[in-house]
Amino acid sequence: MERSIIFAGFGGQGILFAGHVLAQAAMTEGAQVLWIPSYGPEMRGGTASCTVLIGDETIGSPIVDHPDAAVVFNPPSLAKFAPIVAAGGVLVVNDSLIEAVSGRDDVDEVRVKCTALAREAGDDRLINVVALGALVARTRLVRPESIRDALREIVGKKRPQALEIDLRAFDLGLAAASGAGAAPEPATA
Amino acid sequence: MTARPEAAVQGQVPTSEEPAESPSFSLGGTPGGSRRVLMKGNEAIAEAAIQAGCDAYFGYPITPQAELLEWMARRMPEEHRAFIQAESELGAINMALGAAATGARVLVSSSSPGVSLMAEAMSYMAGSEVPMVLINVMRGGPGLGSIQPSQSDYFQAVKGHGHGDYRVPVFAPSSIGEAMELVATSFEVAERYRTPVMLLADGIMGQAMEPVELRFRTPDRIEQPWALEGADGRPPRVVRSLHLVPEDLEEHNLHLQEKFRAISEREVRWAGEHLEDAELVVVAYGTAARVAHTAIARAREAGMNVGLFRPISLWPFPSALLAALAERVRGMLVVELSAGQMVEDVRLAVEGRVPVAFDGRMGGMVPSPDEVVEALRELDTTGLPAKRSRRARRRQPGPVSGPEHTHEREPLAAAESGHEALSIFGDDAWMPLWYTSPVPSRKGGKR
Repeated sequence: MERSIIFAGFGGQGILFAGHVLAQAAMTEGAQVLWIPSYGPEMRGGTASCTVLIGDETIGSPIVDHPDAAVVFNPPSLAKFAPIVAAGGVLVVNDSLIEAVSGRDDVDEVRVKCTALAREAGDDRLINVVALGALVARTRLVRPESIRDALREIVGKKRPQALEIDLRAFDLGLAAASGAGAAPEPATA
Repeated sequence: MTARPEAAVQGQVPTSEEPAESPSFSLGGTPGGSRRVLMKGNEAIAEAAIQAGCDAYFGYPITPQAELLEWMARRMPEEHRAFIQAESELGAINMALGAAATGARVLVSSSSPGVSLMAEAMSYMAGSEVPMVLINVMRGGPGLGSIQPSQSDYFQAVKGHGHGDYRVPVFAPSSIGEAMELVATSFEVAERYRTPVMLLADGIMGQAMEPVELRFRTPDRIEQPWALEGADGRPPRVVRSLHLVPEDLEEHNLHLQEKFRAISEREVRWAGEHLEDAELVVVAYGTAARVAHTAIARAREAGMNVGLFRPISLWPFPSALLAALAERVRGMLVVELSAGQMVEDVRLAVEGRVPVAFDGRMGGMVPSPDEVVEALRELDTTGLPAKRSRRARRRQPGPVSGPEHTHEREPLAAAESGHEALSIFGDDAWMPLWYTSPVPSRKGGKR
């Protein structure tokens, strides 16, 4: 089985980082992974997206027609990616910046107050990590602990002082999207 | 079906007509592997070069290969080796020529427009027999084009970059793990034959991250009795491409051709998937092969017997194997991130034995697996002798040779009337060989 996730928003919102953490977590669980950034001349303020593919077997095509999940951080990304999420898929919406709704009744649309929760964690820039928590709560693509390990690996090495805030932001996002509608713990957990 | 990428790389030169023992296709990584790390393609390639013993790197920044140069900028000095960011691509490649003439293991990397600038020096290095590895992380063209992934430099890489009668081995990875192995292979082949070698990747190979095993290979150093290492105590040596006397230059060219023949015989690399029972075969390399991998899985779910043939060495091209394969399958579909370049070599290889269709996207676009499945369906229903009675639905009808030859006509009827019915261009290139000739050819005779 292969699942695909798209993260999209403004450059500078930590889009590529969120995908990297998810890919790292899935890899440590033994999965096959492919992480593909949209790369371009845009930097901060432009559009950015990345695709993460997670599978039991060799990942083939890097091109995804209908992602199983999308995490959108700004209105243009909602407009672009909400319509193509696979039916039955998950759509995590940064409610702090996006007022519109997808209008889809065949996806699990999760609206998360990313900025407020990130601020509560201690750094309001960490909307990407909050949203990642919500994504994991709703999809169980990976175990939450695998994400924490990935954060320790990626953040802990470069900015150890930021790690605790990242972990807190992830847990707040996880909790915000848990409860009704949250995916159950996988049997293998 | 669990072969590791390096096993796939070891695909042997076909020695018989029967390609059944083809190695299984693997795109990278090993399930549940131990020392797996997530690495970006450009960085993995750069580190593989360092681990392969690269002595000197010369480059000039360009997207989408910039991280390769950046990695070398940081790591090469750590290893006390030479790193130079040149003033231009011309500077970089000519520095490489000079360094490689001393017998050093030299790497240069760039992307499409930068590689065009390096074309002249590639000819000089081929002519003066200087081993060097050039990595092209292809982007959209022509001109400055875009910075998105592309495979539109196939002609440039395979048919020659600069002037003169020369060939350069070209290897194309389909996964980051395979790219790492092919870096070592490229150095090996470059030194074994005293030739520049190209590693042809694309923007996705460079930019994507994938788990890789931290396993590296350092090719053994071989004797280089030609290298300019200082003539202290021995007669001086000369490395040059200039031979003003025609007889001498012809002699030199004959020597080069002999070398190219040897490379053609010994350095063919390829991989296959589901070739045992395939009726249709997709031929694709690099990122296009990954798309094809997914498309084939979907097509097989839909009941089509489709296999994948993936050239890893683009020159030497695995022509003999494709020709053998053409004896057993009903049709081939070439998928590229281009307007159709490798497809010409596939058609040359199969020599009209089977229809060869093409599906590709350009300008940084990548075909989706469903597009490829659709192209397979089209080939299945329109392109094959077995189902020839069904009317052709062509995407891009080629020019026809006369007013009476419309695409509404049944090809067979056209053949019987003795007219040249179909263009030799586009997806119909296979047809004239047996539809239009009054002499019955292999497949057309009894139909």
